[in-house]
Amino acid sequence: MTADPRAAGPSTAVPLDPALAPPGTRGFRDAGGIPADRWHADQNGETLVPTHCCFCGVQCGMYLRVDHGGKVFGVEPRNHDINRMRLCPKGINAYQQVNHPDRLTAPLMRRSRDEELREVSWDEALDFTVSEIRRIQREHGNDAFGVLGGASLFSEKTYLVGKFARVALRTRHVDYNGRLCMVSAAGANKLAFNIDRAGNPFSDILLTDCLLLAGANVGECFPVLTQYVWGARDRGAALIVVDPRETAVARTADIHVALKPGTDSAFFNAVLNVVIEEGLTDEAFLAAHADGWDEVKANAAQYPPSRAAEICGVPAEQVVQVARAFARAPKAMAFHARGIEHHTQGVENCLTVINLCAATGHLGKPGAGYGTLTGQGNGQGGREHGQKSDLLPGGRSILNEEHRRQICEIWGIEESELPAAGTSMMEMVWQMQRREIRGLIGICNNPFVSLPNYAVVKDGYDATEFHAQFDFFLSETAANAHVVFPVTVWAEDEGVMANAEARVVKHNKAQEPPSGVRTDTWVMCELARRLGAGDKFAFGGSRDVFDELRRASAGTVIDYSGITYERLEETGGIAWPCPSTDHPGTPRLFEDGTTYHADGKIHMQVVEWHPPADPYDDEHPMSLTTGRTVAHFLSGNQTRRLGALVEQTPRPWAEVHPSHGFRNGEPVRVVTRRGSEVFPALVTEAIRPDTVFIPYHWPAPTSANVLTIDALDPRSKIPEYKVCACRIEHAAAIDEVPAPPVAPGHVAYPETQVSRTDPLPPTAPQGRGTSERS
Amino acid sequence: MMGRTIFIDPGRCIGCQACVSACRECDSHRGKSMIHLDYTDEGSSVASLPTVCMHCEDPVAPCAEVCPADAILVTADGVVQQADTTRCIGCANCVNACPFGVPKIDLQAKLQMKCNLCYDRTAYGLAPMCATVCPTGALFYGTVEELQAERPGVQVADTFVFGESEVRTGVAMVVPAERVRWPVPGGLPVVEINGKDVRP
Ligand code: SF4
Ligand code: SF4
Repeated sequence: MTADPRAAGPSTAVPLDPALAPPGTRGFRDAGGIPADRWHADQNGETLVPTHCCFCGVQCGMYLRVDHGGKVFGVEPRNHDINRMRLCPKGINAYQQVNHPDRLTAPLMRRSRDEELREVSWDEALDFTVSEIRRIQREHGNDAFGVLGGASLFSEKTYLVGKFARVALRTRHVDYNGRLCMVSAAGANKLAFNIDRAGNPFSDILLTDCLLLAGANVGECFPVLTQYVWGARDRGAALIVVDPRETAVARTADIHVALKPGTDSAFFNAVLNVVIEEGLTDEAFLAAHADGWDEVKANAAQYPPSRAAEICGVPAEQVVQVARAFARAPKAMAFHARGIEHHTQGVENCLTVINLCAATGHLGKPGAGYGTLTGQGNGQGGREHGQKSDLLPGGRSILNEEHRRQICEIWGIEESELPAAGTSMMEMVWQMQRREIRGLIGICNNPFVSLPNYAVVKDGYDATEFHAQFDFFLSETAANAHVVFPVTVWAEDEGVMANAEARVVKHNKAQEPPSGVRTDTWVMCELARRLGAGDKFAFGGSRDVFDELRRASAGTVIDYSGITYERLEETGGIAWPCPSTDHPGTPRLFEDGTTYHADGKIHMQVVEWHPPADPYDDEHPMSLTTGRTVAHFLSGNQTRRLGALVEQTPRPWAEVHPSHGFRNGEPVRVVTRRGSEVFPALVTEAIRPDTVFIPYHWPAPTSANVLTIDALDPRSKIPEYKVCACRIEHAAAIDEVPAPPVAPGHVAYPETQVSRTDPLPPTAPQGRGTSERS
Repeated sequence: MMGRTIFIDPGRCIGCQACVSACRECDSHRGKSMIHLDYTDEGSSVASLPTVCMHCEDPVAPCAEVCPADAILVTADGVVQQADTTRCIGCANCVNACPFGVPKIDLQAKLQMKCNLCYDRTAYGLAPMCATVCPTGALFYGTVEELQAERPGVQVADTFVFGESEVRTGVAMVVPAERVRWPVPGGLPVVEINGKDVRP
């Protein structure tokens, strides 16, 4: 293409007129979020820093654009082999967090919850925190203080969270928000294969002949993965989607099974039943590699398609179709996500999918296998190195004496000093309610929005005598704390994350943190030093921590010892296990059919379907299910501040079927046994008539988690976010629809803020089958 | 036929609006998106499709043809540029002339703005921002051969009929490949479930 001289590229003739800025970003720019000369910058002088998106488990590669002054001011796509230039709207706007005016730049503190938070010096905040830790532990024992980490942190930091809790605080109470994410899949994978990760790389999707997506809204939660899904379809692969809603990907599926929430294991047991009945099992594979097949087979006989049809509310034919399509395909893959994992039988749901893969021999081959899609950027890596209540680094069990000894040696402590296993995140909140846990440090998590049954969560946190929170924005949870430590965003530090393929990728530092802001690593080490454990926390930065992490993982299944920062930069990512520096990593598991169990077999597990925890009755006949929208991430603490994303999806809604007689935008009251809230209706045929969907990224009073139930899977302790009993009613007046509250500390975006007096939101929710013109 | 251009494949669009966000990031429109997303069957489906400037070839750019100020330039390679800021009088003739509803008017600035195929990027060999990031490939930038190599069997359409008139465009729509559709992918129709004939 020849450039026309008259058509010079970026025109410079128009003066920077604020009216030309898009709604939602103007306030941000005016407030200094982007340098005022953003559009006139001398772009030849900018530098591009290669890194990855901070959000979901795809971990798209991107460049951050850094100006002369060393400030991040934009994003440029990067041709990394995970995403090949693609980015979703969250990834494109992520850079705006870095210099966002809402950033916390000084520690905040108050001595009691009656006071306002005020800015204090680092010394004052650290001293107060340390004295409160000491006081609580002296009066009530070490276990009266807890730590809750996060799976958006780099792996180095998650390693440090586990070590800090156990070595500096000597408490057994440490857990993390990945508990709300994919622990059910982790539990199932451990039971079946004794390794906690997906079996295949994303690129295998392009080789498969049949792709089964169970409870995975790929289009909105892992958008960049869609290119692999469409790539498979281009090759002629059949696409099966199991989801109560017709999602963007389900719309194009060959078979869309719109089952009733909470019935997944009955459905997959029935699919296995048909596979067996029609003689489609791979008996040779099962004989050589599986254990427990006879029991699983006998159990499947209890689930004829007619029974599944009754339980799941889908035609029996679909069960047969899915069985044939999956079992007859030369290569088939199954991916699942929160849709089947967020249940009181989340682990079992995942096991039924694994049973299906094993029975049909679709494992350990290019284009054949299983995977789970992690919601958080480091959902995979976040639990590998000891942040989870029952795990030590390298996925070692805290209950196993040999494992405890190995870690104590590396940490330089006596085995008797290492605490026992703790409880899970939700259980810790219950313990806070019972005042068994009286002090808490939360590190980059926002349970006030993300945990179920908000009333219980608020009560638990309010009952604590001391609560400190690390964050870079004042989240709803941080606003409740006694001390808030302002820490770095991802682009201000370096470290690794493991994506949904268990591929470890390196994030690079693009900008110096604002003065007053410290890295989470620094804060944890400094607290440890003041608590008298400084010798065990003499880390200069992420590199030092990573070196210890590598040593601590050596010889385990989750072996990072061969992974170095330099190798990651060269290769663009290495999948663990990687036991030596000349080992290429392990993108695909079980290629020879052996699993990580001592006998090398797949341990198939019998699963009985049981109904969800919250029973239906005449007052609560429908299912409420919750999930994400493409523009927002988790509790929304990060994305509810970025203008373009706020504008794209300004508020939550209740998705209901036309049969209930609502008009689009009319207020609908959703009532569960925990509470009731009013949302604008999004009327669409893309949802089951007996089901309501609400996205969960907003705080009360427009919070899905005011309504959800805090029932847990007995094994993984994941909450049952995906189904509870509810009813819907017409709300009396239109002004009952509350506006989503503005994030604490939020700098206004005039154009996008929904005022409390607005009768209805200015726009309908986007991307869900309606538009702003409706 | 066409060289490197954008191909729109609505069958792939997931309505994520990455294209909209990306368009804002592109330097040539100063933070304003020139793409809009249409929801074609609201209330019954989640189907969506992006609209970018179609860069009409025949008749050459109706927007440019009706522009009284001669502000809209069509380059030798067929890219219809956004209005020249020194000429545009903000009369909105182009908005009315465009059969695809693309140009936008900024009334305060008295300026028309539209997608100019990221000329500042394409001139340097980069793909337009929207087609670079689109996670699904619903927006694809390249030649028709490159498209077909990636998506075997797809056809493209670059002619659109509006009543009596026909418009041939530089940007093309992807027509899905014929797929052999079995009632059960890779299998046979369901006849029996647990021994019972379920044929109607
Ligand atoms: S949120 Fe996920 S899909 Fe979107 S850009 Fe980030 S890593 Fe990629
Ligand atoms: S980025 Fe692609 S998939 Fe997303 S809305 Fe735009 S065209 Fe559709």
